[in-house]
Parts: sequence; structure tokens; C-alpha cells
Amino acid sequence: MATEKQHLFDNPKNVQRVLYLLYFCCTVLFILDFVIHRHLVHPWEGLLGFYAVYGFVGCVVLVLVAKWMRTFLMREESYYDRTELDPKEIDGGEHVGH
Amino acid sequence: MWAIDTPAFIPLFLVSVLALFTKGNLRGAILLGVIALSGIHLWNVPAGTSVSLSFLGYELTPYKVDKLSLMFGYIFHIAALIGVIYSLHVKDTMQQVAAPLYAGSALGAIFAGDLLTLFVFWELLAITSVFLIWARRTERAYQAGIRYLIVQVMSGVILLGGLIIYYGKTGSLDFGYIGLDGIGSWCIFLAFGIKACFPLLHNWATDSYPEATPTGTVFLSAFTTKVAVYALARSFPGTELLVFIGATMTCFPIFFAVIENDLRRVLAYSMINQIGFMICGIGIGTALAVNGAVSHAFNDIIFKGLLFMSMGAVLHVTGRINGSDLGGLYKSMPKTAMLCIVGAASISAFPLFSGFVSKSMVMSAALQEGYHWVWLMLLFASAGVFHHAGIKIPYFAFFAHDSGLRVSEPPKNMLVAMTISAILCITIGVYPGWLYSLLPFDTGYNPYDATHVLAQTQILFFSALAFVWLNLRGLYPPELHSVNLDVEWIYRRFFPQTLKASFSWIWSQDAMLRSRVLEQLDNFYNYLARCHYPGSKASQVRPTGNMVMWVAILLAIYMWLLLSFVN
Repeated sequence: MATEKQHLFDNPKNVQRVLYLLYFCCTVLFILDFVIHRHLVHPWEGLLGFYAVYGFVGCVVLVLVAKWMRTFLMREESYYDRTELDPKEIDGGEHVGH
Repeated sequence: MWAIDTPAFIPLFLVSVLALFTKGNLRGAILLGVIALSGIHLWNVPAGTSVSLSFLGYELTPYKVDKLSLMFGYIFHIAALIGVIYSLHVKDTMQQVAAPLYAGSALGAIFAGDLLTLFVFWELLAITSVFLIWARRTERAYQAGIRYLIVQVMSGVILLGGLIIYYGKTGSLDFGYIGLDGIGSWCIFLAFGIKACFPLLHNWATDSYPEATPTGTVFLSAFTTKVAVYALARSFPGTELLVFIGATMTCFPIFFAVIENDLRRVLAYSMINQIGFMICGIGIGTALAVNGAVSHAFNDIIFKGLLFMSMGAVLHVTGRINGSDLGGLYKSMPKTAMLCIVGAASISAFPLFSGFVSKSMVMSAALQEGYHWVWLMLLFASAGVFHHAGIKIPYFAFFAHDSGLRVSEPPKNMLVAMTISAILCITIGVYPGWLYSLLPFDTGYNPYDATHVLAQTQILFFSALAFVWLNLRGLYPPELHSVNLDVEWIYRRFFPQTLKASFSWIWSQDAMLRSRVLEQLDNFYNYLARCHYPGSKASQVRPTGNMVMWVAILLAIYMWLLLSFVN
């Protein structure tokens, strides 16, 4: 059996390179804050790195809250199907059941 | 017969009749040709064209063209064309007839000049689109379609009730500015709100869109909700309540999107989030904000369509759509992956992509009008949309862990449709002037100043950084086979179960009552029977003499009565 072609992200080095590129961009953007003069409307916009921090913290909070929401919102996949469908229909056609 | 004031929905209704009697390539060619011609025709229709007629004593305006409706007319033609190209490989008369009818109903609704015409097309939207869900032909899709139809028709009935009350109060059926004043206009507002996915009324979209066919969802995502956005922009601009409704809509769905496994349901939640930006802009109501709302609707139809198309392509070739079952598809579907990333960049509002040039208008307007808390919510939602639609969709479908799936690219027509959308996303992002020239107001807005570009880029890159950090720390919630409870739980679980419980109580009470009555009857029969047992009262034998004596007594009483009361 022929081994499969090596793809771009099969090599962990390439993944690492993408991450380094991201870190580099973030650093540059943060530094640009000092270089580019903004016209401000909201007082918070003047805080150092406001947008960067807001974006980062916002996303972390979003994910952690969503993860916590799973504790009371999550049900098994056939939750509605058991009462709404015939037992033989539970896989729902094209959906792949496991 | 063909004239400049021929309403835009007529060619689409005609072509659906033609589609019914043709098949294969001919059907595809006719659909494309007629929709393209209809679009070119509309391009030549000047604002101000209208058709009036008198119906049962009402002055109706079934066709009225102005700058706002023209803009939606153009984008609906573009969406219909892209959708038809995307579904050229489909051999299903039901879908290929329903789709142009559905697009035609949307065109009819936006060019309606009075509320009665609007109502007719409002209901047609519901009835024609449900076939795109049922065409999946699974029991689950059938059930979802029924629920979808009930909600949509209910919205129409509320609209009808509202417009009757409104007509009674104002004596006008004009589909123009209405404003929240009196019960009639509140009903109309609610009817629009159901179709626009207001919070708590939103669940029909996330319930039904993931159940439709891969091609059907592309049509569904373009029309129904955008007609509602248009209707709100026409009738309720500057209604402050909409600012807060819109801001809520941008925030709450992103939490659901992060933990949702079905990637098309993630997109449905993200659609509500994007509509939130539009509703917010309509609520602010300044020229800049309404421009932002309308242009964002225009762009959203294209980039959301592109994302739904890319996920439809994945579903088409793999038969799977759950994030937990996918991954590593960039190896075998690199073109689809690239096109999906363009859509993701557009919805995330990266500079030089279409989302940026429209969303920034709403954000700027919120800030200028002093809605600071709303602005902060929109900013949070901007970061969130990048997280769940911009990163999550392409990452879990095409990258992440390799699912081992080795498939081929989707059919050519799907790739062509996605490429057209992607080109539009980038063109509008790079040259927003064309889009701005279509807008209802001239504000001279320029999205590409250093402040906006830097702020947006910082938000996005640091959101990406947050995604990477959470993943490396193992804090990111894994994709799991699951259902997350939403408002639909009330009508899919709570009501049926409550009804079931109350009916079983009623039936048990009923059974008890019946058994008691039967018992009483039984006792009575037993008593009667006992009376006839040997030796009991009814079984005694009496001599004939007794009878003669009783007759004599009766006659005596009778004679006495006769003599005593002569008159």
C-alpha cells in the first residue's frame, strides 16, 4: 500500500510556523498602537491596547461561559428524536450516528 | 406585455412553471437565463416606478420601487442566481420549482407598496420555502418543516391581524413608516420580529435550516430573514427598542454557536448574530446606521451564502456535518477550504473583505449616537463572530484532527457558485464605492481610515490568539455529539409533556368516574334482580280477588272526585 502524500500541516513544524506568524502579527499590531494616532470617541479607546485586550479577554470569557452552559444545556443527541420520531428513524437519514 | 413596470416577481413565478415541465440541463439553462434577464430588467427600472389598482374598494399598490427596495431587489437576484448555479447538479423537481417561487415571493414582498400585498407574499414565502426543507426527505426534516411552517404562518396571521387593526385606526394600508403606536403596529412589529429571529422567537431558524437539503439552506439563508430586515428598515427605523433587541441578538447566539456540533446550525446561530447588527442599525435610525444595516444585509446574503455553500458541499460529499465527525478535509477539498476561508474572513469583517465595509458603519453609528454599552456589546459580538464562524467553521471542517475522510471536491457547479460569491466578497471589500452608491442615503463614509482598520485588526488577531491559547491549554470545549437546549425545548418538550401529563390525569379521572357510575348501575340491577328472586316482593303471586277490590276502590275515589268538584 502506497503511503499517503505528506500534506502541509502533517508536519508539526508548519503548524508551529503559522503560530509564530500569528504571535508576530499580534506583537506588531500591539506596537502600532503607539505609532498610529487614533481619533477617539469613547474614553476607553484611549486605554493602552484596549482593543487587543478586549478581543482576547472577550473570547476567553465567551468560551468559558459557553463551556459552563454545557453543564445544564447539553443533552444526548437523540433527546428530541426519542419522542418525536419512530425508533427506526432516530439516525435521521443523512446524519451519521455513532 | 413586457413593460418597465412589470413586477419583479412575475419572471420568477413564470420560470418556476417552466421548470415544472422541463428537466436536466434545459431546466438549468432556463432558470439561469430568466433570472439573469429579470435582474438586468430590474437594473433598468428607475426608482419611483409604481403600479396601483383598486381591489374590493381598497387602493392597493402591488409594485412600488424606491432606492431601498431596489437594493434588496438586486441582491435577491444575485442570491437566486448563485443558488441556482449551486444546485444545478440537483435532479429534484420539488426543489427546483420551489426555489424560484420562494425567490419570487421575496421579491414580491420587498416591492409591495401596501400591507395587504406584503401579507400575501409574506405567507407565500413560508409556503414555498418549506418544500426546501421537506426535500431532504427524512422524518426529522419533515417534523422540522412542520414546526417551521407553523411559526411562519403564525407570523403571517399576526401580520394580518395587525394590519386590519392598523387600517381601522389610520385608514391607510401604506407600507411605509409605521412606528410603535397602538396595538395594530405592535402586532405588525411582532410579525416582522418572528421572521427576523428576535430573541426567544429565533429558534425556528436554528431548528429548520440545518435540516434542509444542502442546496435548500443556501436559498433559505438568503431570503426570509432579509425580507424581515427590509420590512423593519421600512416601517420601524429609529425605534429605540430595536437597538437593544439587536444588541441582544448579536450576543446570545454566539454562546450557543461555540458549543454546537452541527456546523450548519452554528451558521444559523451566526446568522442571528449578523441580523442583530442590522436590527441595531435600524434601531439607531440615523442615515449612517440605516446605510450600515442595509449594506450589511446585502453583504451577509453573499458571505453567509458562501459559508452555507461550503458546508453544504462538505455535507454533499461526505454525508457528515458534525464538527466531531469532520476534520482534515483541506487535504482532499483544498478549493472548498479556501473558498470557505474567504467567507469566514468576510463574516469576521477582516479589512479588505465585505463584512468590514458594512459592519463598521453600524459600530460607528452606535458610538456616535452615544450608545456606549451597545457599542461594547457589538464589539464583543465582533470578536465572538470571528471565534465561532471565522475560526470554528473552517477549523473543525477542514483542519483540526484528521478524520481520515478522503473525498473529492464537490461538483463543478458548486465550486463555480462559491467562487462567484468569494469574488463578490473580496470585490466589495476592496472597492466599497459600488455598494455605497446603491445605498439609500449618501453619507460620504470611508471605512478605510487608520483608526478603524487598526482597531478591527487588533480585535481579530487577539481573538485568534485567544483561540490558540485556549486550544493549547486544553480549555477549548471539544466537539461532542449532543443537542443543546434552546427555546424550542418549550414547544418540543415542555408543552407535549405537559399536555401528555394533563391528558393522562384527565383520562384517569374520567376512568374513575365511569367505573363509579357503572358500579352504581350494577348495584341497581342487582337490587332489581333481587326483587324478582323467589319469595321477594316482585315474585309474590296475588289472587284475582285482590285486583277486583282495588278496582272497586279506584272507582269509588273517582266517583267521589266527580261529585265533589262538579264544576
